[in-house]
Amino acid sequence: MQGNNEPKSFYESGGPHKGILSWIFTTDHKRIGLLYLASLFIFFIVGAAFGLLMRLELIAPGKTIVTASTYNSFFTLHGVIMIFLFIIPGIPVSLGNFFLPLQIGARDVAFPRINLLSWWLYMTGGILALMSLFTGDGPPDTGWTFYAPYSIRTGTNVSLAVFAAFILGFSSILTGLNFVTTVHRLRAPGMSWFRMPLFVWSLYATAWVQVLATPILGITLLLIIIERFFGVGFFDPSKGGDPLLYQHLFWIYSHPAVYIMIVPAMGVVTEIIPVFARRTIFGYKAIAFSSIGIAAVGFFVWGHHMFTSGISDTSKAIFSLLTFLVAIPSGIKVFNWVASLYKGSIKVDTPLLFVISFVFLFCIGGLTGLINGTLATNIHIHGTHFIVAHFHYVMFGGTAFAFFAGLHYWFPKIFGRMYSEARAKFAWFFLFIGFNILYFPMFILGWQGMPRRYYDYLPMFHELNLISTIGSWILAAGLILMFINLVRSIKKGERAESNPWKGTTLEWTVPSPPPVENFEEIPVVTQGPYKYE
Amino acid sequence: MEETLYKSSETYRDYTGSKMGMWLFLFTEMLLFGGLFLLYAVYRFKHPVEFHAAAKGLDTTIGAVNTLILLTSSLTMALSISALQKGNKRLSLVLQFLTILLGAAFLGNKYMEWGAKIHHGVYPGSEHLLIKGKGEILFYGLYFVMTGIHGLHVLIGIGVLLFMLIFTIRGTIDFENFVKLENSGLYWHFVDIVWVFLFPLFYLIT
Repeated sequence: MQGNNEPKSFYESGGPHKGILSWIFTTDHKRIGLLYLASLFIFFIVGAAFGLLMRLELIAPGKTIVTASTYNSFFTLHGVIMIFLFIIPGIPVSLGNFFLPLQIGARDVAFPRINLLSWWLYMTGGILALMSLFTGDGPPDTGWTFYAPYSIRTGTNVSLAVFAAFILGFSSILTGLNFVTTVHRLRAPGMSWFRMPLFVWSLYATAWVQVLATPILGITLLLIIIERFFGVGFFDPSKGGDPLLYQHLFWIYSHPAVYIMIVPAMGVVTEIIPVFARRTIFGYKAIAFSSIGIAAVGFFVWGHHMFTSGISDTSKAIFSLLTFLVAIPSGIKVFNWVASLYKGSIKVDTPLLFVISFVFLFCIGGLTGLINGTLATNIHIHGTHFIVAHFHYVMFGGTAFAFFAGLHYWFPKIFGRMYSEARAKFAWFFLFIGFNILYFPMFILGWQGMPRRYYDYLPMFHELNLISTIGSWILAAGLILMFINLVRSIKKGERAESNPWKGTTLEWTVPSPPPVENFEEIPVVTQGPYKYE
Repeated sequence: MEETLYKSSETYRDYTGSKMGMWLFLFTEMLLFGGLFLLYAVYRFKHPVEFHAAAKGLDTTIGAVNTLILLTSSLTMALSISALQKGNKRLSLVLQFLTILLGAAFLGNKYMEWGAKIHHGVYPGSEHLLIKGKGEILFYGLYFVMTGIHGLHVLIGIGVLLFMLIFTIRGTIDFENFVKLENSGLYWHFVDIVWVFLFPLFYLIT
């Protein structure tokens, strides 16, 4: 794809293997990133299909297309797939894998073979999770949280799904320790900590959370399997066990996991804003430390998932306070992003459109998070659609929109082609409008008292549910348009130059697509990442 | 960054990086066991008397012997690394083999101990256990799960050391490139340390 004097791109030389083998046995971080990218979006489509089916069931009160127990399986699988297979690995394993070494001026990650192993584990976990649908005594119906004691008593295929999540956790740990070591050991000469791009900072913070939190999930899931097979009784009150302890153990991981999902997304946003505003990022250090701050405080807020589970008032008050503290570093980021745009020469291309939607949707998601974190209001909205709306605003409106932003931003670097800008903007419009029509009514429904996880509801909720379901179709149309545009552009897009956005980070100094070894010579870094005139 | 080589990913080798990766992995292992120790702490806090009573059912001698075996195996492990670093391949092989033997002896001992307990009807979910107090049920539940997961780690450690044995024979690891053996050693010591905590928590609290 380049002239004769330039090195071959990583598409052209795939190591010792040929064809498909040169992909599934590759140790090149760029190929592994693309393997992940493809697998992630396959699972995303499956998860989205379950989501659409759920919305279709809720289009009218009463039974519409499925029974209550099928609906239980739908939301369980939607949750398991979207959380464990899409959004937790998400940005780090795909865009992170591809751009972390490029952005710090390295040839690869610290442990390329472990990187490949983590993809294999990811695929194993993913396939096992899908298998749990069709084998055993019916798909799991516990919700993605696998709460004891129901998860231990239900006859459905929980063990296999839990084992799948365990393997996925292992994959996540390996990626985390790989990234931490990479950032410590492989920065190019002159790339001091405060010259690292902020996407790298966010990946670094995330990697620590992956390493420190995931093992707790591992042991918790293992205990569910042990309980199901041997009936030890750790979470069974009749044997002295305590189901609340399960919730503690589960959320000790799963709340930090929320930051595994959002922090890399914030990194992508931070990367895109300076490029399209043609300005140095405002408050570099504040953003870097706020990533670490979110990751650190995030470890001590898990109790806010259990406000109505019967924990003591003292611990509730402490968890509520700590939850509010997370808003501070998050707010620091939002203000810094806005300040970076101020007086910039803003160019509104698709990546920036997604980024600005991210800021808007994340603010709604984040501020409603404070409503959840307040003890009094939490009792009113706990277990309602308000919660569903809140975390979709943060996870989908936040993380997924930032993921899409990054995908468009780095598309020319990854594939060496440009996507169609007009089509991309068109798709963005559908996504943004559809998203709000789909999820905003859920805030109102939840506030009015419609519980989550039921296939039926009172007739008074019909109108808003109908609107929400229509929104889901608009959103789906947006997704289809976006994917068609991107996939089509891989082959048919115009050839991209090495730096189409005039970015200043290191990945834009190499050809598009990058050569196998990334850099002919390891660059010597002499300045910070965002230098604009 | 001085000692890192940037030739190509094939020949690239980073000693400090490898050690760092291993330590991070051991952190994750520590947290995995941490979840179990948390359960232990909570339930012992709830049922202190029953835990003490139940611990009388475990044989301190077997536990002590196993502690001795594992501590000795950590010594042979450490010595095998030193031997390899000094270029004494044969001695290193003997010591690695001894470590594996001691690990196997630990597991054998554990097997006998578990076997005896199960023979007496004490295992998770057994009728004999379920008629006892809740503290006792939880104590033996924790005993089987924690020593079980620990035993699994010893087994994995033996597997890893078998690979190291082969690598040493083949010369893939030698006195210049011994980080794999060192990392296996770290893992082995970690598993050992977990036992150092398990032993008093289950056997010595009577």
